[in-house]
Amino acid sequence: MKVSNPLWAERLAGKMPEALAREIDIFETEIALRKQGKIDERLFAETRLRRGTYGQRYDNGQRHNGKTVQRLGYPSGELTKGPNTMWDAPGMQRIKIPAGGLNAEQLETLADLAEEYSDGIAHVTTRQDFQLHYVHIEDTPSIMRRLAAVKITTREACGNSVRNVTACPYAGVCPDEVFDVTPYSRALSKFLLGHPDTQNFGRKFKHSFSGCSQHACGLASMHDMGMIAVKRVEKGEEKRGFEVYVGGGLGAVPYQAKLFDSFVPQEELLPLAQSVGRIFAALGEKKNRSRARIKFLVQDLGIEKFKELVLDDRKNLPHDPRWTDYIKDAEQFHEAPLRSGGKPPLLGTESFQRWVKSNTRAQKQEGYVVVTITLPLGDITANQLRALADIARRFTKETIRSTVEQNIVLRWVSQSDLAELHTALEAVGLGEPGAGTIVDVAACPGTDTCKLGISSSRGLAAELRKRLEEKNYELDECIQNLHIKISGCFNSCGQHHVADLGFYGVSRKMSGYAVPHFQVVLGGEWEHNGASYGLPVIAIPSKNIPEVVARLTERYATNRKNGESFKEFVARTGKVELKKMLEDLARPPADSSDRSFFQDWDDPREYTLSDLGVGECAGEVVSSVEFDLAAAERQLFEAQVAFEGGQIEQAGKTAYRSMVQAAKALVKIEASNIADDPGLIVGEFRTRFYDTQRFFDPFAGGKFAHYLFAAHEKANQPQTADSTRYLIDEAQLFIDAAHSCYNRIGAPATA
Amino acid sequence: MQIQHVNVKLLVQGRVGDRDLEPLIPVFHNWIENQNGDELLIDVADYRHVHGGPGIVLIGHEANYSLDNAGNRWGIRYNRKAILDGSNQDRLIQAARAALTACHRLESEPRLGGKLQFDGREVELFVNDRLAAPNNAETRAAADPEFQQFFRKLFSGKEYSISYVSEPRALFTANVKAAQPFTAAELLSSLA
Repeated sequence: MKVSNPLWAERLAGKMPEALAREIDIFETEIALRKQGKIDERLFAETRLRRGTYGQRYDNGQRHNGKTVQRLGYPSGELTKGPNTMWDAPGMQRIKIPAGGLNAEQLETLADLAEEYSDGIAHVTTRQDFQLHYVHIEDTPSIMRRLAAVKITTREACGNSVRNVTACPYAGVCPDEVFDVTPYSRALSKFLLGHPDTQNFGRKFKHSFSGCSQHACGLASMHDMGMIAVKRVEKGEEKRGFEVYVGGGLGAVPYQAKLFDSFVPQEELLPLAQSVGRIFAALGEKKNRSRARIKFLVQDLGIEKFKELVLDDRKNLPHDPRWTDYIKDAEQFHEAPLRSGGKPPLLGTESFQRWVKSNTRAQKQEGYVVVTITLPLGDITANQLRALADIARRFTKETIRSTVEQNIVLRWVSQSDLAELHTALEAVGLGEPGAGTIVDVAACPGTDTCKLGISSSRGLAAELRKRLEEKNYELDECIQNLHIKISGCFNSCGQHHVADLGFYGVSRKMSGYAVPHFQVVLGGEWEHNGASYGLPVIAIPSKNIPEVVARLTERYATNRKNGESFKEFVARTGKVELKKMLEDLARPPADSSDRSFFQDWDDPREYTLSDLGVGECAGEVVSSVEFDLAAAERQLFEAQVAFEGGQIEQAGKTAYRSMVQAAKALVKIEASNIADDPGLIVGEFRTRFYDTQRFFDPFAGGKFAHYLFAAHEKANQPQTADSTRYLIDEAQLFIDAAHSCYNRIGAPATA
Repeated sequence: MQIQHVNVKLLVQGRVGDRDLEPLIPVFHNWIENQNGDELLIDVADYRHVHGGPGIVLIGHEANYSLDNAGNRWGIRYNRKAILDGSNQDRLIQAARAALTACHRLESEPRLGGKLQFDGREVELFVNDRLAAPNNAETRAAADPEFQQFFRKLFSGKEYSISYVSEPRALFTANVKAAQPFTAAELLSSLA
């Protein structure tokens, strides 16, 4: 779309590696060929995804305006950039930032790109990446060239590939770290980029690095492959290595990673990652995308068998000198400050003190701190990026990192510079306190731009920020330190599973209308590398979530015992009691004339699930389907309570029955006299709803039906605590999907 | 020199608060619903939470419209994205006309309660393409005659001042101030 697009290749000739320049040239050619219809749309879609070029909401050329579906008449007519993805529709460009590491020039480039190709905003993601939204496909080669010229790639930012390798943003300066993982994360990122053994995955693959085990750090537990720095003494010599975990992942059903090895020597890191990738490529599921992540492979094989296969493969790997070349200087790697270390600042104003408390942390190097720049909802303007580049140059040697909490940190700031630095940040609106506190709400893009979004995660996040900011300084410290994370749907891009208070978008019908809701997920653990995941408690209308937060935090503050964490408080209180606390918020408002309930945050349109679907009014009558789905939810809740009480077998059986109940609810729409026989119900469900694809979600397809079929198949097999936990999550998703199916059908039987 | 991707920002009177912005969201959604005009309007992006940010943006295919606070100056901004045929004057006039039309609509939109009003004098003009129009002396030399011609037309020959932003990293930007106030309607008719 930009008039300068044809000029950038020449302007930047020689400023990037030849291979990268050639690759971008190839992509540009592919764009031209696609325009001529000479490349299949599916092939083109995968090729652009592997370059981080995503679709966005409404790119199927339709948009629901709250009353009806509106066609968006793009000038390029029926030309597509993927299945059901119109050529001219605005897209998203994801930009990989390995370990979050940036310099000032890169910030300035991001600023220019945000201004010229996007809406003036660069967004930091929950994986240390940047994203630009509303980008036209024909501008993407220019974007890629300008990034390549400052040593940033978008390659494999999306698609079935190795995604951004993340690392703790305090690596190298944290007092608690074992050693600096920065050079290793960079080495792995460089080694795996475009590696032949990583080109045949059935799904994405995410790596992370932590410098320690006790903090949130790299969140190893929830990654496909997570590395935690460890040392041991061998023959009197201290050796560096990694505790390696595999098979973690959030997504719809979160899995904790399993320990692969408690000590992998540093020189084995890259070949091990290569072999893990090779086994994943060879044995991972490729047809059924809902089971294609490595976590399912590890689960199915068991960790011991998986390890055996990987180590066998490792033995036979042809030697690659890069395994050691890429890390040969790792132990000597260090950053340096620009200015000498200093003393802590004098007290200063109240706002300055508040900012120092929340937004600075001492480095292990005396006299220095890491400063966190809080970015509301992870957003930063072009002007702010440039100002931050200047600040980084002025106070540091441009030691900048993005974080998975959607902020930016400046390392190596001298304590004696803090007041001046704060003033400089405040002048450009980057001096907000509250980093890492309850006001620092993390959220995925959700319904703002994501095709999969169900409820407005950013809208809710903005509202919670506003309300919490107003009273943050009066809040008990135990509340101030809580984490809130919000995902727009079950896919967990907002990492709601590891939050104290997590929320993910779902939809429910109330009074005949579709209403945006969020599932309340409590008891996740951010610390200890994302040590445990919360469980859903109850679905609440989106507009009532702020009250949910208020009640839960107040209850925690008043009832907390012996300094217990929020997770411990949730476990002690129990989900029955917590649900009871919130139940009234799940009901529709008394004043039915208040239409705002049926709209999502900051969206005046009447809420619908998709651009194709229509929310229908069924009056005030409650159908038998709704009664039966409510019964399914009640059974699932009972399953969760049983699980919590250690009654694993009962929990598993009840979770299974809840899924059968939800399936029965739908079957009864057409066969009201169906017997209460699980085999019969599952069979009828398959025939009437799965084979006909009526159960299929527009974006998830028939994924959730497979949970029912798998559960039915294993109904009489013994279950473990882990498998029961997964079953409970899958049951919730199946029931949510049954609700969605019913919303789309919009029908029938009255009670 | 080909001047493309013209942005015109009409500064508004007084301070703009969060409450003033809120009613703009349903207004922009209505514009999408009604699609009157020859530009395709697509979505609304809310950036009220960002300091000195784009405010509320109406995303379109050919152009975006926004109530923008970049540089901590609130204004109604038209950001032309698609390439436009014709002469430089055609493109400057097109962008200004689009911005003024939007401004006029917003000024008279009942839901905004008259809170958004063009200040009558100040206009910012950007060229949103650093390669085609880098912010340097050569661009200024090439663009200035075109800009002067355009502003003479816009302000109907009346006096105005023009200054260019010198920060080399910034977009090529002209800050223009009319000596006397105009309404959006008056400026629109001068471009007719």
